[in-house]
Amino acid sequence: MTAIAHVHQGANTAPDHHHHDTSENTIFGFWLYLMTDCLLFASVFATYAVLFMNTAGGVSGRDIFELDYVAIETAALLFSSITYGFAMIAAHRQNKGATLGWLLVTFAFGAVFIGMEVNEFHHLIAEGNGPSRSAFLSSFFALVGMHGLHVTAGLIWMAVMMIEVVKRGLGRQTITRLSCLSLFWHFLDIVWVCVFTVVYLMGVL
Amino acid sequence: MNLLGNLSWEAIPYHEPIIMGTLAVVGIAGILIAIAITRAKQWDTLWFDWITSVDHKRLGVMYILLALIMLIRGFSDAIMMRTQLAMATNGAAGYLPPEHYDQIFTAHGVIMIMFMAMPFMIGLMNIVLPLQIGARDVAFPFMNNLSFWLSAGGAVLINISLGLGEFAKTGWLAYPPLSELSFSPGVGVDYYIWALQISGVGTLLTGVNFLVTVFKMRAPGMKLMDMPIFTWTCTWANVLIVASFPILTAVLGLLTLDRYLDFHFFTNDLGGNAMMYINLFWAWGHPEVYILMLPAFGIFSEVISTFTGKRLFGYTSMVWASGAISILGFIVWLHHFFTMGSSANVNAFFGIMTMIIAVPTGVKLFNWLFTMYRGRLRMTVPVLWTLGFMVTFTIGGMTGVLLAVPGADYVLHNSLFLIAHFHNTIIGGAVFGYLAGFAFWFSKAMGFHLNERIGKASFWCWQIGFYMAFMPLYVLGFLGMTRRLNHTDNPDWNIWLYIACAGAFVILVGIVLQFVQLYLAFRNREQNRDLTGDPWNGHTLEWSTASPPQFYNFAVLPQVDDIDAFTDMKEKGTAYQRPAKYAPIHMPKNTAAGILIASAATAFGFAAVWHITWLAVASLVAAVVFLLQRAYVSNVDYYVQPDEIARIEYAHLRHVNPAPAHHQATPAKRRKKAAEESIEEVSA
Repeated sequence: MTAIAHVHQGANTAPDHHHHDTSENTIFGFWLYLMTDCLLFASVFATYAVLFMNTAGGVSGRDIFELDYVAIETAALLFSSITYGFAMIAAHRQNKGATLGWLLVTFAFGAVFIGMEVNEFHHLIAEGNGPSRSAFLSSFFALVGMHGLHVTAGLIWMAVMMIEVVKRGLGRQTITRLSCLSLFWHFLDIVWVCVFTVVYLMGVL
Repeated sequence: MNLLGNLSWEAIPYHEPIIMGTLAVVGIAGILIAIAITRAKQWDTLWFDWITSVDHKRLGVMYILLALIMLIRGFSDAIMMRTQLAMATNGAAGYLPPEHYDQIFTAHGVIMIMFMAMPFMIGLMNIVLPLQIGARDVAFPFMNNLSFWLSAGGAVLINISLGLGEFAKTGWLAYPPLSELSFSPGVGVDYYIWALQISGVGTLLTGVNFLVTVFKMRAPGMKLMDMPIFTWTCTWANVLIVASFPILTAVLGLLTLDRYLDFHFFTNDLGGNAMMYINLFWAWGHPEVYILMLPAFGIFSEVISTFTGKRLFGYTSMVWASGAISILGFIVWLHHFFTMGSSANVNAFFGIMTMIIAVPTGVKLFNWLFTMYRGRLRMTVPVLWTLGFMVTFTIGGMTGVLLAVPGADYVLHNSLFLIAHFHNTIIGGAVFGYLAGFAFWFSKAMGFHLNERIGKASFWCWQIGFYMAFMPLYVLGFLGMTRRLNHTDNPDWNIWLYIACAGAFVILVGIVLQFVQLYLAFRNREQNRDLTGDPWNGHTLEWSTASPPQFYNFAVLPQVDDIDAFTDMKEKGTAYQRPAKYAPIHMPKNTAAGILIASAATAFGFAAVWHITWLAVASLVAAVVFLLQRAYVSNVDYYVQPDEIARIEYAHLRHVNPAPAHHQATPAKRRKKAAEESIEEVSA
């Protein structure tokens, strides 16, 4: 965090300041963006809450959710948050190798999560329980799928960041970007905890 | 594989003479402008100084240009509707067939709200806000450029719909199930979705950008409660943008899934619930009207305090009233559909919340009145707009309180009374505010003055035309006429429809005069230069810069000790000081990334409308590549050197009096003291 703390003054407070740096602004701006993303999820959660009873004579959550399977999926994502934390610690220590290693592990966990989700979706659709079947399934696919798309975007971003770390090392800008991705990744974890609770647990119980 | 998706020659409306005529005029005008630019050898200027610019002032000018162009389009729709309704009485069919008329009222609403009012507001905010807080630019200058081009991309899509295919025939709200594929199988709703989605993302980014700017980049010494009132109202508007636009993104996304992938969120069958759309839409839509309104309140506040030569009365209450309006704006959405049939208690809650909004709004009105009290109001164009607003908006507010009574709303819902009400608030409030701001800050942005006489004539046309056009709609509402009628057959309504139509033409004269005013200002710009940068004896920091401001805004960042920072400096004699030596200034470089990414996004929208798969994939990939390319470039900024700064600064300082504006200090101080005394009287 020291790298971020000591460049605190932007160009605005110190006109003669030669190392113009905006990391603090970037992270604050990114955090604000995450809050808007949070509202995006909130809107779709609200839609799910309104529509989950509307099964139109088709399956309900109780019929299709397999908690064991989802538990493994969840564990993969939660572990990926921890390993991303390790990557950040390594990055702040300027340890390029460890940073890359932990990012790779995080990426792998994330990929497992996405793979399992795609597999779940594939099975549901193959059994005729696709999103076109009922409003419940529409909102289920939209909510879980939207989270999945976010994780996929995070994975692409992570791949790009790994290339950046290899090519440019752990400069200030790279650290800032890693910090933003870190916020993004942990945020998606929190959203998933809500998805797991509201959709899967409450659907089965 | 079909290279053009669903697009074919049949998409061009050959059989519609009005549309083909419009396209011809637009095409010829476009060619003429292109020839003019080529002959003046200005393509380089256009590209390097404007299109790729990351300068908030230039982006602001481009936003307002976009707003004015879209005003022409939106107003053409309006005058067509009024003439149609004046002609199609007593069972006559008029000249606009229903399927064309329905597109016109939809386009009118979408364009006026999303592509006229929003860019106008964001344009003024872009030009003024960073200057008012003493910043050199916004927090993310490149993102600001991207936001603008995303907004413009949405506007481009909506205009393409005029010549290729159709626009939505659903009304500007696109309520399902009408907007679902089964009832709107054409491309109209798809144009609507993608135009709003793309420009909405731009607006969202603007909200984030300006919040960071305000929280992180204020001049040294400026506390939050020292920010000028326009900055404050914009800040509340940005809070609302950040909190409400994601809901629009979500609801449009869900409608997209329904239309493209056969989901069932809002359909009639398989468990869909159309009311969910309507709830979500208004959870965005109601805050949206305050996003438009609050900055206008800020403009009026600046105008009144500047032209009375007094400090704004009740600054703190003004800030908190804006905050109260922002929060209340989020808990009134259900009043748009009391007729949904919620329980009496639910309707009563939303009705009462709606009425409560009148309280902070009333606080504002009294603050303006008390600011004028014992001041000496200079009757300039911005002041005329402000006075016109204070009367007109009060009427609109009162009809709003009337509509907030659920029982009354059951009678008036979807009638022309409602149409009269919201035009009364949005034109009489937001648009009057933007035009006041336009006249107030024009010389600051452009460096020369507008023509005062024509400006006043335009105001009177607008003011009189507004009452003629919209007061009859209140009457028609009471007489039972509903909105979106294509033709009527009730002799009692005719006279009111004729008056409303005449009123629209008076407003037309007002709009034409605005453009005449612009033309004359450009033609006579050499005689009307604003050399001092402070033509109105302004209170806030934007008036301390040259007109137009230096591209770096402030050679030395100002030290702020007061709400009216510039007045404070002038009184202390610290305005226009020259430092012994200028320090280099760090500035962002211009970039083409914004327009490239936005063009790819627009192409994606177009591809999605017509189901052109390859173009959708290609443009999506292109957008990501452009973004990564931008992220990869590290050489994005440069330093302005002290000798260049000195040259620019001295050129401006030659025209201003570096000594304090002494001849004004004494009366200003006296009035300030009077204002403070009146505050004490009230609070005592």
